[in-house]
Amino acid sequence: MDLTALTIDAARSAVQERKTTALALAEAHYARIQKEDGQIGAFLTLSKERALEQADRMDRMAAEGKTLPPLGGVPVGIKDVMSTRGLRTTAGSKILEKYIPPYDCTAVARLEAAGAVVLGKMNCDEFAMGSSNENSAYGPVRNPRDLSRVPGGSSGGSAAAVAADMAVVTLGSDTGGSIRQPASFCGVVGLMPTYGRVSRYGLIAFASSLDHIGPLAKTVKDAATVLRTIAGRDPMDSTSADVAVPDYVAELDKPVRGMKIGVAKEYLGEGLDDEVRQAVESAIEKMKGLGCEIVPVSLPHTPYAIPTYYIIATAEASANLARFDGVRYGHRARGVKTLSEMYRRSRDEGFGAEVKRRIMLGTYALSAGYYDAYYLKAQKVRTLLTRDFDEAFHKVDAIVTPTSPTAPFRLGEKSNDPLAMYLADIYTVTADLAGIPGISVPCGQTKEKLPIGVQILGKHFDESTILGLAHAYEQAA
Amino acid sequence: MKVTEKDVAYVADLANLELSAEERAGMLRDLNSILEYVDRLSELDTSNIPPMAQVSDRYGLDESKQGSERFAYANREDILEGLRKSLPHEEALANAPDADEQFFQVPKVIER
Repeated sequence: MDLTALTIDAARSAVQERKTTALALAEAHYARIQKEDGQIGAFLTLSKERALEQADRMDRMAAEGKTLPPLGGVPVGIKDVMSTRGLRTTAGSKILEKYIPPYDCTAVARLEAAGAVVLGKMNCDEFAMGSSNENSAYGPVRNPRDLSRVPGGSSGGSAAAVAADMAVVTLGSDTGGSIRQPASFCGVVGLMPTYGRVSRYGLIAFASSLDHIGPLAKTVKDAATVLRTIAGRDPMDSTSADVAVPDYVAELDKPVRGMKIGVAKEYLGEGLDDEVRQAVESAIEKMKGLGCEIVPVSLPHTPYAIPTYYIIATAEASANLARFDGVRYGHRARGVKTLSEMYRRSRDEGFGAEVKRRIMLGTYALSAGYYDAYYLKAQKVRTLLTRDFDEAFHKVDAIVTPTSPTAPFRLGEKSNDPLAMYLADIYTVTADLAGIPGISVPCGQTKEKLPIGVQILGKHFDESTILGLAHAYEQAA
Repeated sequence: MKVTEKDVAYVADLANLELSAEERAGMLRDLNSILEYVDRLSELDTSNIPPMAQVSDRYGLDESKQGSERFAYANREDILEGLRKSLPHEEALANAPDADEQFFQVPKVIER
């Protein structure tokens, strides 16, 4: 049994039935990390002590014949924007190089309560700002499928680790596409739940009305298993929804025959790579073959999504990142004589270029004289974009689109032109703005064997529909 | 709207960022390029559209109530006894760049 080629169920059963141990599983993954991660760069911090303690706990349970919790013994990775108590958390930034959180992110705590073994913290774009994982202060992550190419971002480390079998499943975060796009680029499954489905407590905030936590996994079933574990109301996050958590795994096999699938012309137009278009159209044909009805829909405000996103996200980020001031934690500049100098130099020294750019843009958009023209305007367009989805979902159960307009690009290809990089998010930002759930699943590859992903969007709190369709497609493909 | 050097200096001040001359020049270029693209939002007529600050209002807000009662979904009852413990003092100070046993220490705040 190849201990690094397992899904959640396979790993957990193997430990439960004592065919292997949680310790052996953890060690096999660490050995693989040792062998492969030098080239990939997915992990920033390894948590061997924490992992082995948890593995031991699970092994003792199995030895005593007790039923393991749903993720018992399963090796997982956590994107480094989620706080882990006692374990260094950097958000991919130098400003938090030595920061050790005194508390756990709720999603992490729920995973560990379910028996998951946290192997370490995943590399990511600094403060989750980026679409290629080239903005990490600790070096880029490389795509395991082609090391000269990006894994996508900002959850590049999380996606790459799963793709390279260095973790069974990982947690990522998505604000403009940062779970789905790297999942697409690395050939794995990436799920962004409805806003409020999963608590954001412990997630280092980038844009509070857009941030989501979600799983990256080898299969749709694994993504559903993790969602079932981490979802649900949390009194520590007042934006977490008081909505019951269905058994997402049990609902996976519901038949998709008769499901109405929307295809939006605005997502299949100019700028979409031919090979990506072909792969996605094939996927849609396959869904038709499963008995789904294809319905053309229109999401007319799509061309305004990127500017809306980059005003709202940067404005919120400028507020959220104001806390990094060198006072209570994080980098403090040396040789400063006044408080003001301390703030300004600590932040300038600790933040990378993209972070500074977004803070500046956000601050400008919120400043007196510009607030109405930019921030307020963007919030109104956000309403229009959300209404587009509301309208469409009166006619269809799910909407299928490409995840990204291109296959993974090369390192350095877009890093000199911030706007070109921003335009890579064109198909993913709309879901974050509307708060609807979305999943990316692999749907083929280019001639150069680069992964292509197809995205399925659903109604608020209707993860069951998109998981069901994704699962049916995955099984048939 | 064109961003000027003065704007960049003003915004950097607001954001508490000590930018170098080179960074300021780059910022001028990047902000102008991005804002030029963002200006297309003005093509849309949003005169009668309510702003959407956050998604969670959609599924929690009680439209039939007034004032802060509309946001009851985000609130809980005041807890008088058995409140969750605060972070212990030493843990709260543990990441401080400079602290004594009681306080975070910073350079002087008030200039004389």
